[in-house]
Amino acid sequence: MNRQDISRNPDDPRLGFRAWLLTDTPSSRLHARCVAFYAGWLKLRSNTMAMVGLGILILLVLVAAFAPWLAPHDPLAQNLAGRLQPPLSESHLLGTDSLGRDILSRLIYGSRITLYIVALVALIAPIAGLLVGTIAGYAGGIVDAILMRITDIFLAFPRLVLALAFVAALGAGIENAVLAISITAWPPYARLARAETLTIRNSDYISAIRLQGAGPIRIITRHIWPLCTSSLIVRVTLDMAGVILAAAGLGFLGLGAQPPSPEWGAMIAEGRRFILDSWWVATMPGLAIFTVSLAFNLLGDGLRDVLDPKEGG
Amino acid sequence: MSRLVFNDLSVWFGEGASRVDAVRHATFEVPSGASFGLVGESGSGKSTILRALMGLAPDWSGEMIVGEQRLGPKRNRAFYKQVQMVFQDPYASLHPRHSVDQVLSEVLKLHGFRDINRRVQALLDDVGLGPGFRFRYPHQLSGGQRQRVAIARALAPEPSVLLLDEPTSALDVSVQAEVLNLLNDLREEHRLTYLLVSHDLAVVAHMCQSTAVMQNGEIVEMLTVEDMRAMRARHPYTCHLLESASGYNPNAAQAL
Repeated sequence: MNRQDISRNPDDPRLGFRAWLLTDTPSSRLHARCVAFYAGWLKLRSNTMAMVGLGILILLVLVAAFAPWLAPHDPLAQNLAGRLQPPLSESHLLGTDSLGRDILSRLIYGSRITLYIVALVALIAPIAGLLVGTIAGYAGGIVDAILMRITDIFLAFPRLVLALAFVAALGAGIENAVLAISITAWPPYARLARAETLTIRNSDYISAIRLQGAGPIRIITRHIWPLCTSSLIVRVTLDMAGVILAAAGLGFLGLGAQPPSPEWGAMIAEGRRFILDSWWVATMPGLAIFTVSLAFNLLGDGLRDVLDPKEGG
Repeated sequence: MSRLVFNDLSVWFGEGASRVDAVRHATFEVPSGASFGLVGESGSGKSTILRALMGLAPDWSGEMIVGEQRLGPKRNRAFYKQVQMVFQDPYASLHPRHSVDQVLSEVLKLHGFRDINRRVQALLDDVGLGPGFRFRYPHQLSGGQRQRVAIARALAPEPSVLLLDEPTSALDVSVQAEVLNLLNDLREEHRLTYLLVSHDLAVVAHMCQSTAVMQNGEIVEMLTVEDMRAMRARHPYTCHLLESASGYNPNAAQAL
């Protein structure tokens, strides 16, 4: 069978899974969704930098999942005789910190904490913002005014200072740090969702479904949310770098993860005292934060190209 | 059963100094099963009448009657089951992330139909789209195909009245005739009442039995299609419209 036959006959079962994913005439709801998803994946795959970002993040997830098997040492085991050993020293690839703990093992276990923070903030903040923003945008009037003024109040504080205040009030700890970061992170999402809603609200397809007797809850959840989520997802991936840095900042200030836990920001804080003669203690977690932040930014840039709702896909 | 009566209908936007009267004292009637055209230039208020009937323009006075029922400020689902609308621009009236199947089955679900699978298939057949179009997204469809989907959506609740807001003006000339013929066939098949808005006299002449001509929010003249074809118009604006629709006229050009 030559090439021309293939293009002429997309439903030929012999062409297999790829043709099934590229067909113009999907045969079921699931099939249609797979085709749309595959088209997006092809577009994302052509963006090399985004794939680098995605690769780093997948690696991060794998490292976090298999931490106990990957880490050469116990991240909490102290060895005061072998403290502050430089990188590439015997059995410590990245050296040891001021208590003789293996930095590589701590970084590997720390990836779990980073992912935990990122996942929780990525769940709480955009969903809260989406709810507030779409309700404000769709309802309009007094509801809009009240919700957006509350958003403005949150936006008026510097983010880290507000997070500090919340952690100080709630008590130090990783859960409270997540909560504090989420509370400070949702207002931009609310604004974004509201702006999107305002442009969508008066479009013909919203009028059309309203003329079928659909209520506001159905319109917001089924018709407005799907169009807001793509820009929110992009914003989330671009914000994740900031979230990691904020979590690290809270850890650095001693208000996030508490000392024995291998959180990357807290590790930098510990390494600060030796930064002049033992540079690796603070540098290694710093590099880890840098890499993961960069990966999120690269992926976010690629996703923005794929998910842009203005392109009609 | 599904006649439309408009009695002294006025529609306005805004309040006080910024108030704009889009429609002033419009009175006309569309008999059940008829096809009625509203003609006029942009901004003459013809689409506003449709929007007021559908409840999309909140500020209006006068009387609107569908069937035997006088309309209040709110529309319920029973009203939307009886009266449906096809929008002007098929590129703007379909949700960009919903497939044809999603669009139609959601509407059917909203109106409480049971055998959704069969009905989606039947609707697509009605508007001349094969089953291959069922799971496509709007960006995979041409303008004419999109408008067919929009028509199928409007037909889904099995309405007796269809409001057509310039249903072909956003389409290619070659596709316009197809869609108009489809609408004519559907009217016969489902015994629908049409209220059609257009600035194109040819479209109105093809689709309707009688028309109202609008200018600056007022109905200046009502005439039948026969009158229109014979250029029997009394109001100067209507004469002007008919003349301009009959194409290039060397005498008129010389008079200018």
